[in-house]
Amino acid sequence: MTTPAAYRVSHLDALEAESVFVMREVVAEMERPVLLFSGGKDSIVMLRLAQKAFAPANIPFPVMHVDTGHNFPEVLEYRDQRVAELGLQLVVASVPEALASGLVRESGDGMRNRIQTPVLLDAVEKHRFDALFGGARRDEEKARAKERVFSFRDEFGQWDPKNQRPELWSLYNGRHHPGESIRVFPLSNWTELDVWHYIARERIPLPSIYYAHEREVIERDGMFYAVNEFFRPRAGEERFKAQVRYRTVGDASCTAAVRSDADTVEKVIEEVAATRITERGATRGDDRVSEAAMEDRKREGYF
Amino acid sequence: MTTEIVAPPAEARPMDLLRFATAGSVDDGKSTLIGRLLYDTKSLFTDQLAAVEAVSAARGDEYTNLALLTDGLRAEREQGITIDVAYRYFATPRRKFIIADTPGHIQYTRNMVTGASTADLALILVDARKGLVEQSRRHAFLCSLLRVPHLVLCVNKMDLVDWSQEVYERIADEFTAFAAKLDVPDLTVVPISALRGDNIVARSENMPWYEGPSLLHHLERVHIASDRNLVDVRFPVQYVIRPQSTTVTDYRGYAGQVASGVLKPGDEVMVLPSGFTSRIAAVETADGPVAEAFPPMSVTVRLADEIDISRGDLICRPNNAPAVAQDIEAMVCWMDETTPLRVGGRYAIKHTTRSARAIVRGLHYRLDINSLHRDESADELRLNEIGRVRLRTTVPLLADEYRRNRTTGGFVIIDETTNRTVGAAMIVEAA
Repeated sequence: MTTPAAYRVSHLDALEAESVFVMREVVAEMERPVLLFSGGKDSIVMLRLAQKAFAPANIPFPVMHVDTGHNFPEVLEYRDQRVAELGLQLVVASVPEALASGLVRESGDGMRNRIQTPVLLDAVEKHRFDALFGGARRDEEKARAKERVFSFRDEFGQWDPKNQRPELWSLYNGRHHPGESIRVFPLSNWTELDVWHYIARERIPLPSIYYAHEREVIERDGMFYAVNEFFRPRAGEERFKAQVRYRTVGDASCTAAVRSDADTVEKVIEEVAATRITERGATRGDDRVSEAAMEDRKREGYF
Repeated sequence: MTTEIVAPPAEARPMDLLRFATAGSVDDGKSTLIGRLLYDTKSLFTDQLAAVEAVSAARGDEYTNLALLTDGLRAEREQGITIDVAYRYFATPRRKFIIADTPGHIQYTRNMVTGASTADLALILVDARKGLVEQSRRHAFLCSLLRVPHLVLCVNKMDLVDWSQEVYERIADEFTAFAAKLDVPDLTVVPISALRGDNIVARSENMPWYEGPSLLHHLERVHIASDRNLVDVRFPVQYVIRPQSTTVTDYRGYAGQVASGVLKPGDEVMVLPSGFTSRIAAVETADGPVAEAFPPMSVTVRLADEIDISRGDLICRPNNAPAVAQDIEAMVCWMDETTPLRVGGRYAIKHTTRSARAIVRGLHYRLDINSLHRDESADELRLNEIGRVRLRTTVPLLADEYRRNRTTGGFVIIDETTNRTVGAAMIVEAA
């Protein structure tokens, strides 16, 4: 048994309590929730919070991976291991299958970020999911800074930023008509540093690519892209070996690494605390398209 | 990679969390102030700043427009307005801060109320050259209506009034006198220049006559632990945990977040609305049992006796219980653009973890939030209007007065056709 000192609650405990509350609200009020699991650190933390929210019972919903086909093998391996350990049901919404069936077509630049959205929405419709847990945080990006914890989506999965439901106290409104759904962001109030402090405190294992390792990369727009089967250097781009790690994990064709020697969680925390560039700014080619790239994708039904 | 460390590398001394709301318009320098707080605490990233500088330059702004940091939506950028509540984060070694940044104009009362509903502290800005304006009084009133425990008035642009102590004191006195008429438990006034950074992080050398703390010093140290109600035990049951498992059998736990009070194993408790009593057998978390649970902890409570308890019920102490009431008097802030609140209207409501339906039985008055005048002839509440309303609910609410408990005293009103949240209500009386 632990005894509290003067009823103190640390900021991590307060954030954890809030996220657990949000997850329980969803399970209590919604019919068919699902947790979007990318194998990234935020969805991994979300999964840990789900364990905590329903213990000693099992996590009472499936997880869904929107698989672009451009995966880091370390991440797929991690996904399968976690799913097996926790006895979860895994739903894979597969972009390669959707390409084969003609649901989506490859975009001109070969990036699969945008074509994930129809694949996600198709799976939501097929499984009749009405609540989707996402690991997005408000500190990540300015459109997200204005999104609710319970974010209403119409039958096309679209977000309407000017027509959001007021969200007061901790009273979340998840009411919706059939076909509509709610995206739920339990980590809304966490920052990148909070996530890392929590990973350290809870000793949560992560895919190895989050820690410093040597990799063959090229430099493009000031970002370091791994050379692999999904990412081909352009003419004139020089390959070299560098000590890098990933700050975010997304599609392997548009997620870049940062130079880093941080090979332990403590060193990563020091690095994140000292860094002066946002994680998406440092690592995501997909957000650099325009000032409102994220808002536009969310309007289309993106995460 | 630079190795400069600006935040503690690990949780050497655990930080706590302060949520604050900011009110004021771009003209008052609110965005500049937030930009300054983020910048001076090294919470502003170089790519964010570069993006804002680029957009500012492209728009032909004379200065780097820090408002662009918070105005994230396309329409806001195009129209140069702030539409909605934006959340911002920064931390110092002592505290983590969550800012609910709300636009100040009257048409955004809805957003200010939303931001204030979860705030430990509200920060109101005034321009030292203009002094108190209608908007400042309105913000102070909304903060008192939402029972924000701490209020800070920042008298900004002191550089433009020659750092005048006289100007500052006139504004501070006028505001203090106004706040005395409201229910403002704690008020601090700080003279600042957000643009130049005076009294933001460090005490200003330009205003030696000011003996109080800098704004950040105050935000870091304002005592918020006692704002929680640790007296009245209120535990709204959120979800019943019953594992369908062969290894864990006969487990029945009531999951929820402690709204107020302290729960301990052995405590005698009463469950509402049934009125059955039992004893707390254990208070558990996924990490094991705890000796005590208090706000804002999310825990699972197990009772000694098998009682029928479901979501929406509430655990309290037999000699200290909320009202079990279907007739509710409340101050309501209306939030819907399309349809006003009218007597006879039927709505869904969500109060703690309990959902009910309600009918509006009466509208006593509409409040002019600038003059505090009560208009008793009003027959409806439109968007951003506030009034005192009487409601009858289909099932009893387990309710306290909002002034005593911000969790068991507040509820939201939902339109059953559109499913939109159309009103926020603060209970004045429940019977």
